[in-house]
Formats: sequence, C-alpha cells, structure tokens
Amino acid sequence: MSRASLFVPLAAFVVIAGLLYAGFSLNDPHVLPSALIGKPFPPFDLPALGDATGSPQRYTAADVRGPALVNVWATWCPTCRAEHEELLRIHRESGLPIIGVNYKDNSAQARDWLQRLGNPYAFNIVDATGSLGVDLGVYGAPETFLVDASGTIVYKRVGDVNRAVWEREIKPHVDALQAEASRG
Amino acid sequence: MIPELGHFALILVFVLAFSLGVVPMVGAARGYTTWMRSAFSLAAGVAVFAFVAFGSLVYAFVTDDFSVRYTANNSNSLLPIYYKVAAVWGAHEGSFLLWILISSIWTLAVAAFSRHLPLAMISRVLAVLGWLIAGFAAFSLFTSNPFERALPMAPSEGADLNPLLQDFGLTVHPPILYTGYVGFSVAFAFAVAALLTGRLDAAWARWSRPWTNVAWSFLSVGIALGSWWAYYELGWGGWWFWDPVENASFMPWLMGTALVHSLAVTEKRGTFKSWTVLLALAAFSLSLLGAFIVRSGVLTSVHAFAVDPKRGMFILAFLGVVVGGSLTLYAVRVPLIRSRVHFGGLSREVLLLLNNVVLVVALAAVLTGTLTPLAYEAFTGGGKISVGPPYFNTVFIPLMVVLAIALGIGPTARWKRTGVRFLIERLGAVFAASVVIGVALPLAIAGAFKWQVAAGTALALWVVATHLQDAWLQAGRRAAGLARLSAGYIGMTLAHLGFAITLLGIVVTSHTSLERDVRLAQGGSAQLGAITFTLTAIDRVRGPNFLAEQASVRVDGDGAPYVLFPQKRHYVAGGQVMTEAAIAPGVTRDVYVAMGEPMDDGAWTMRLHYKPLVRWVWVGALFMASGGVLAITDVRYRRLRVRREAAAAVESNA
Repeated sequence: MSRASLFVPLAAFVVIAGLLYAGFSLNDPHVLPSALIGKPFPPFDLPALGDATGSPQRYTAADVRGPALVNVWATWCPTCRAEHEELLRIHRESGLPIIGVNYKDNSAQARDWLQRLGNPYAFNIVDATGSLGVDLGVYGAPETFLVDASGTIVYKRVGDVNRAVWEREIKPHVDALQAEASRG
Repeated sequence: MIPELGHFALILVFVLAFSLGVVPMVGAARGYTTWMRSAFSLAAGVAVFAFVAFGSLVYAFVTDDFSVRYTANNSNSLLPIYYKVAAVWGAHEGSFLLWILISSIWTLAVAAFSRHLPLAMISRVLAVLGWLIAGFAAFSLFTSNPFERALPMAPSEGADLNPLLQDFGLTVHPPILYTGYVGFSVAFAFAVAALLTGRLDAAWARWSRPWTNVAWSFLSVGIALGSWWAYYELGWGGWWFWDPVENASFMPWLMGTALVHSLAVTEKRGTFKSWTVLLALAAFSLSLLGAFIVRSGVLTSVHAFAVDPKRGMFILAFLGVVVGGSLTLYAVRVPLIRSRVHFGGLSREVLLLLNNVVLVVALAAVLTGTLTPLAYEAFTGGGKISVGPPYFNTVFIPLMVVLAIALGIGPTARWKRTGVRFLIERLGAVFAASVVIGVALPLAIAGAFKWQVAAGTALALWVVATHLQDAWLQAGRRAAGLARLSAGYIGMTLAHLGFAITLLGIVVTSHTSLERDVRLAQGGSAQLGAITFTLTAIDRVRGPNFLAEQASVRVDGDGAPYVLFPQKRHYVAGGQVMTEAAIAPGVTRDVYVAMGEPMDDGAWTMRLHYKPLVRWVWVGALFMASGGVLAITDVRYRRLRVRREAAAAVESNA
C-alpha cells in the first residue's frame, strides 16, 4: 500500500462534495416543486351552476383570469362548510373575486347551500364528473388556487383556507400580484 | 426574558465549545497538564449551557410564547402538552438545538467515563468533540436561531405543529435518531485523536468500541421507529421507501455496522487498523452528509425541512472542513507499516472482512442511488429522475444473501485459520436442515410455494440455528453454562438473531402481503383473502385539535370478529387533512385499514391490507440494538478500567 493510495477516500469525498455543491447551486431551494405552480390553468369547458331555469351558461379557461382565487368545494364536504365563513369574509373585506368549482356535487343542493349560507363566488363552475379536478390534481375538497391576470396558477392550498392561512400565505401573494398589476 | 436567556446560553455553548476545541488540544501538543485537564470542566460547562438553552426553548413552547417566531410557526395553544414539548424539535431550528444538546451530552459522557484513559488521548478526543459542537452552535446562531422574536407584531395564536408529526412515533424518533447520528462523532473523535498521537492500537479500538456500539444501537432503534411511523402514519402500508432521507440515516448505519465488526478484529487481533480508522471517520462523515441532505433541500423528499440556501452552504462548508480535514489527516498520518499478524485462507478475520466488503459495497450502492438524481440533473440539465426501489432492491438483496450466509459461518469459524472440513462437519447438517425446513415451513403454513419466501426462511433459520448451536457448544452443552457466557458473546448472538428476525419479516411481508383498494358504502363489505371487512358506520368525532370522520369497519374471518376505527382528520389550526390508519397489530400478521376519499353517495374509498410478519422487521432491530448495548456491559471493559485506575494510583503515589 503506497501513501498515494491513502488519498483515495479524500478524492472520493471531493467528488461527492463537488456534486453536492453543483446540485445545491442548481436548485433554487426556495421554490418547492409543485406540478401546477407557474402553469396555466388547465383547459376545460363546463356549465355554470347558475339557476335551475333555462340553459346554463358555459365557462372555459379563458374566463379564469385573476388576480382571483379558485376554490374547489362541495356540499358533502364538512370542511368546506367551515371554510365558507372565511371565504365570505375574504370577499367582503378584500374584494378579491373567488371562482367556485363545485366538485362532484348535486347542483340543486349546491344552489340551496349558497342561498342559505351566502354566496362569496363571482361564478361557479359545475365539475360533476371531477374531470377538471383531475387536471387540477385535486385529491379532496376543499382546495384553493390563486391565479394571476394571465390565468397562471401562482399558489395552491390543500385543505381549508382559514384566517391564519389567508393572512400568512395567501394575502402576501395577492398583494404582490396587485402591486405588479398597478406597476403595469 | 427566558428566550433571551436561552439565546445567551447558546452563545456560551459556542464560546465554551470553542475553548474546549483549542485549550486542551494545545495543552496536549505542548504537554501542559492543566490545559489538558481543563477539557473535563469545559465539557461540563458546554453541557450545562446546552441544557439551559434547550430548556428555555421548551419553556417558550409550554407557555405558548408566540412572540418567539419559531414557537409561533410550530406550536398552537390547542396542542396537548406532550406535543408542545415534542414540537420543540418539530422543525429545523429546534431539532438542531436538540442535536447540539445530544452532542454535548455525549461529550459529557465521554468526559465522565474516560478518566482512566491517558490524559493526552482523552483531552484530544474531547477537543475534537469541542470543535464539532462549536461548529454546530455557530450554525444554529448564524443561520437558524430558534430564539428569534417576532416582535412587535407577535401573533396571538401559533400556526400549529405539522399534524404528520403529532404522533408518538415521531415524538421519540428524532431524539433517538440524533443520539445515534451524533454518537458516531465519539468514534470519529477517537480516530482523529489516534491519528494525531499516532497511537493506533488494540487499546484504541477497545476504547472506541463501547461508544460505537451504543451509537449504533440508538441509530438502529431510530431507523426502526421512523420505518414504523411511516407504516402506520402515512397510510400506504409501506415501511421503507428508499427515500433520500431514509437513505441518509441508513448509510451511517451500514457504515457503523461495518465499523462495529472491524473494531472487533482490531481489538482482538490487532489487524485492520487503518481500515477501522477510515470506517470511524466515514461513519460520522455520512451522518453529516445525512444532515446536509435533510436540511439543504438539495434532494426533495417528504421529510425535507424548510430550506434556506445559507444553511445548505454552511453545512457544506462544515462538511468540507470536518470530512476533508479528517480524510487528509488520515492520508498523511496513518502508519504505512503493515500488520504482521497472519491469518489463513478461511478464518474469522476473512469472514469479518467479507462482512465489511459487503456492507461497504451496499453503502456505495445506496450512496450512488441517492446521489444519481443529483448527478443526472447536474450533468444533463434535465429534469428530476427517480432511481426508486427497483434499483435499490436489485443491488441490495443479493448482497444481503451473501451477508446472511457468511453470518451463519461467522461464530463457528476460529480466528487465524479454520479447516473447511471442520466447518462442514459442524455446520453441514444445520445447513441441510435449514434448507429443508425453509422450503417446507412456508408451504405448510401458507399452502403455496414462493421461492423468495423459501429462500428467506432458509437463510433466517440458518443464521438462528448456527448461532444457537454455537452458543450451546460454548456453554459446554449444559443449560447452566449459558448463563456463564460473556456479555459480549450474548450481545453478538442477540444482534445476529435480530438480523435473522428482520430478514424473515422483510421477506415474508414483501412477498405474501395482500392489499386492495375498495369502495365501501354504509353496510357494504369487501373481501381480502379469508377476511371480510364491513363498513358499519361513519361518525364525526372531535379530538383535542382536530375534527375527524371516523369509519367503523367490522373485521370477520381473522379470529374473533373485531372493529377497526380508521379516521380522516381535519386539523383545525392549519387546515390539513390527514389519514389515520387503523391497525389490528399481531405477532403473525397486521390487519390495516386506511380511509381514502368520500364518494358523492356517502360511500368511501378504503385501502385494506393484510401484512404477515411485518412487525418482525422492527422487532429484529430492537434485538440488534439490545445486543449492541448488552455487549458493552462485558466484564473486560470494566476489568480493564479497574486495572488502569490501579496503575494510575500507583503512578501518582510514586
């Protein structure tokens, strides 16, 4: 065994450390990978919840323009019931439009729910089969997305939006979008 | 006020640890006895202030002091008190403070239990540990200070501990795992001190061995706890995912296992010295590498802590100094003189060398698999690729087969040289019996032949039978003789039986588990093997800080009928939704139900599992760990200390 061969472990370490350094400067660790952030809202063509009379209006991805929240909800979802008050408050206090995606739900019950509890939504899209939900990667209701003026998803929330989440996570994003818009 | 006290204590930890790194080291180089002796009091001071710092943070959590940013981000007044305490290490800053505390406890333990060692040696060992703690404390102070205040806009309520972590397994997992990780720093410090003094002998190995065993045992339990947690908490029924963070803890364990065995050869036979030193340096280096992987965000994983580039750079620089420095020292200082001890073509040394080669190859495979996605991204600029379980299983399983076969021969083989004829005479019948029973037993129980199960059972039986046979012969074929076996021998046997238990658990559960995703309406039922699952009710229940939908699932056909209560929890403070699986645990099998998603008609999707022998995977790890701890109670460590103390007394009287 020669003295030179004793440097092999050190050399191996230098290679690994170099790799770690390269990998480290490569990834921006602030950006947590999420399949949807930075992507345009997925294309769809679905009816509005509207009222029961007449042929309902249809919406497409072109109608999803922000800054706005897109909230996936359903009447079978107890968390959505808890979240509802907060959505009403957000809409009332910030004026931010909220687009509803009524997910795998009974439309009559959904309309009844909005009549009884108040309607925070600008409009509601009926996703009866969950096809839009699949494209959005929804794994349960509620989920909430923030889209910018070009319809790009900038934020995703799994689970309910409550006061803390709004103040801490969503509002800063909204403020940034609005500041950007005003700068022009 | 208390958080500021903690902050100040942390600064003192840094200052005292830095002094511990410098003063005794200079003293040892110059031969100043007082400077060397200061190592003991400095080590005690570091530990005291680490306790104060950690205690202050615990206080902030218990009293819901949300003006401390870290507390506000990771606790909530609704949390039960035990989770408030556990929340202290629920995220990066606090868990690193825990790391510092554990590190200083190890250092204090070394100072307390090693007073019989030559002063020049122990002062250097403590000094090396001092450098490490100073580095950790600097990291905490400069990049991840847990005591930072969120004033003047202190929130009135905290954001809550991640619900995934609100669980017994994860409450105890980090402290035990860190005790293992950091414990390897003691073997590291002994190795560096030995390189500095040029004293690489059997005595050095004997001093390092108990520390290494304890660290390795803690790491074994820590990994097993993590695996157990993933099994019941993540709701997938899996217990090992080859996730980068799991690998980060598994790599030091593999290296530590090699080290434990190599130290045995160095202590008993005086050989493998430079190899053993290298393993001691590598085991702790891999612990640090694990810390880098977990905390830098360089590899994303379910475990990743909130990341900050400053932290990653700091750890990488620290890694460069510690690992690069120690390996340079190794290359420059390790003696070139080859050991003059000879051993034959087949001997216990050769089998232990085989053990080391297999474990190091396994380690290289895991390291390669863990870093490949990074290399791919760095060199091709392409997207993230995943190596995944197929790669790891393909390389890992053949290695473990070789290891198990060699392990059966190990205890019977003698040092220096063992005749092949002797081995065949002693082990031939055991081998044949293991193969026959290994094939017949699973066939008799399950009624179906699977070659993987047969091979796994045969290997496990082989390891168990050879060890029991050897123990019986060592005991002079008398039950009374078993009690007189040395603690070291019993510890080894226990750990090896644990390996066989884990091996059998892994093979059987991997190849005979049943799993089904079903849709259950109220009153509906589903079949899995011989078992019938019936959904009898869905209720809404309230926990201390969550609301849940709880299913009642009746299980028939698995002994007396019983009911399982899986939950879908909704945590009030953070709004996260968590699946809480319900498990009927058992020695021979686990029955496992996890709730999926609700369907529009009130039905639920559910995942049903039947997992034979899955618990053996973790029970085996407990056997391994208890073997490691039992071995250090061996009288030869105590006897030596008494002799040395007597010698020291004579010296000081003269």
